Amino acid sequence: MSMNREINIHRASDIRVDLLLIANMIPNGARVLDVGCGDGELLDYLRREKNVNGRGIELSPEGVNKSVAKGLSVIQGNAEEELSHFPDNSFDYVILSQTLQAMGRPDRILQELLRVGKRAIVSFPNFGNWRVRMHLALRGRMPVTKSLDYPWYSTPNIHFCTIRDFVDLCKKLDIKIEKGMAVSAAGSKMAFNSMVLTNMFATQGLYVLTRD
Amino acid sequence: MAERQEDFEQIDSFAEVVTLGEDEPLRLSSGETLSPFKVAYKCWGTLNEQRSNAILVCHALTGDQYARGKNPITGREGWWPKLIGPGLPIDTNKYFVICSNVLGSCSGSSGPKEINPATGEPYGLDFPVITIADMVSAQVRLIDHLKIDQLFSVIGGSMGGMQVLHWAANHKTRVKTAIPIASTWRHSAQNIAFHEVGRQAIMADPNWCDGRYFETEARPHAGLSVARMAAHITYMSERSLTSKFGRNLQDREKLTFGFDADFQVESYLRYQGISFVDRFDANSYLYITRAMDYYDISAEFEGSLTAVFENTPVKFCIMSFTSDWLYTTQESREIVRALNAVGAQVSFVEIEMDKGHDSFLLDCPEMFNIISGFLEAEAAFGGADEHE
Repeated sequence: MSMNREINIHRASDIRVDLLLIANMIPNGARVLDVGCGDGELLDYLRREKNVNGRGIELSPEGVNKSVAKGLSVIQGNAEEELSHFPDNSFDYVILSQTLQAMGRPDRILQELLRVGKRAIVSFPNFGNWRVRMHLALRGRMPVTKSLDYPWYSTPNIHFCTIRDFVDLCKKLDIKIEKGMAVSAAGSKMAFNSMVLTNMFATQGLYVLTRD
Repeated sequence: MAERQEDFEQIDSFAEVVTLGEDEPLRLSSGETLSPFKVAYKCWGTLNEQRSNAILVCHALTGDQYARGKNPITGREGWWPKLIGPGLPIDTNKYFVICSNVLGSCSGSSGPKEINPATGEPYGLDFPVITIADMVSAQVRLIDHLKIDQLFSVIGGSMGGMQVLHWAANHKTRVKTAIPIASTWRHSAQNIAFHEVGRQAIMADPNWCDGRYFETEARPHAGLSVARMAAHITYMSERSLTSKFGRNLQDREKLTFGFDADFQVESYLRYQGISFVDRFDANSYLYITRAMDYYDISAEFEGSLTAVFENTPVKFCIMSFTSDWLYTTQESREIVRALNAVGAQVSFVEIEMDKGHDSFLLDCPEMFNIISGFLEAEAAFGGADEHE
């Protein structure tokens, strides 16, 4: 899962800008589960800056290893399998950053996130972005971008969606979008007030979800 | 106490046998008591002034207190030489490391081989049947004796991991962190079955004499050796046996059509068996395998693994090995899930290693890295993330 975090985004202070956007939405002292926590960068930041009581799930042993060396409590495992073993409402926030598209069943994962957590923060690459559309339209090939750097046959990212798709899915699952934002390639927040523009120009979508 | 402190500073490694429980008998799970009892132990490093840097290392079934350095009984190197020592993951420049021989064993702690103070002769089968809980009770007395309130960490693999889990579950205020490796929360039917084969092999040996072989010249070496051979198979993976031996023949060109050790794997197993009997007591083997079979950490909690760890303040770092079919990753995951269900602080890694259960005793850089990372982080941030 950590590979999905390998995005070319600059750092503000000592954390990646897109992670900072997530961190800013989390209140002090919250109980947080980071699903696909990579090397624990976000959890480490949240613990230091927000006094958060954090846990992580990570697929790669290297990621777990680095997280453990930061003093974090992280378990190695497959998110879809491990999430099901957490009791309802174990966390205030469950974070799924840049990993939704790698899940076998993104719809079920969203429901699981909101069973285990009171709120979920989900970010994902927007396949509706104009570059992706141009790539497919003009070259007639599956898009391979800087941040999604895999050929179609070996990519772990098996369930791409656009921001519009995501919003529709939330509606279908009776998931309430408490907050949503478009994120640029540089990892900063973009201000659009129409879905058409958001879906065209956002590189990532970032959403705070709750149960309706 | 001041004197003891001085001792620790002067001597960076010492071995000792201490007699405990003279005033306060050790109450065992069976209801019987031991008074007095002996604990043989070894220490490395220096206990700090706050007495807060002690790490207890728990050994496995046939292990002993000689985790590091030369074992005076076998003359061989200790069993965790790359893990414990100056600059190693369990850094004896930083930590005061204690390893004690478990109750029922045969390297100096009270067990069937030792003299029963009531009769003046070896206990044999008069030694009470002990459990993992009893081994830990004896360790608790040792820690009391060393005037240590809280251990910085308890670590162990296999049966050592069972002791670690028992410490964390039943003495939770006395342990800061727990590192069970390649372990389980209860012995399965298959685990018990393998142990029963070993015990039957020992008891079928005519030299065993109902456990009173100390009255004769002979020893039940044949039985103990077979027990070890059977057990040793469970410590290795099919893949490691195949890559090590395959169907290779032992010092011969062709099959002999007899019952000599034609195959290398046979010769290897025979060697494992024969070299074991020189260092291990057959009755101890019966007692310790029994203790492991009786082990089910959920038993006192109505079978609920989550109840075992409810409100635990202990921070866990759990490891398993992909090729371990004795105590599988699944069993470690069950512990991890129970800990997560009660909101405990737990990390878990399944380490890719093809050497089977014994991986925890082998050169495994990933395991070393995780242990040192976990301990270092805990020493640096210790307590910084305690919210509950």
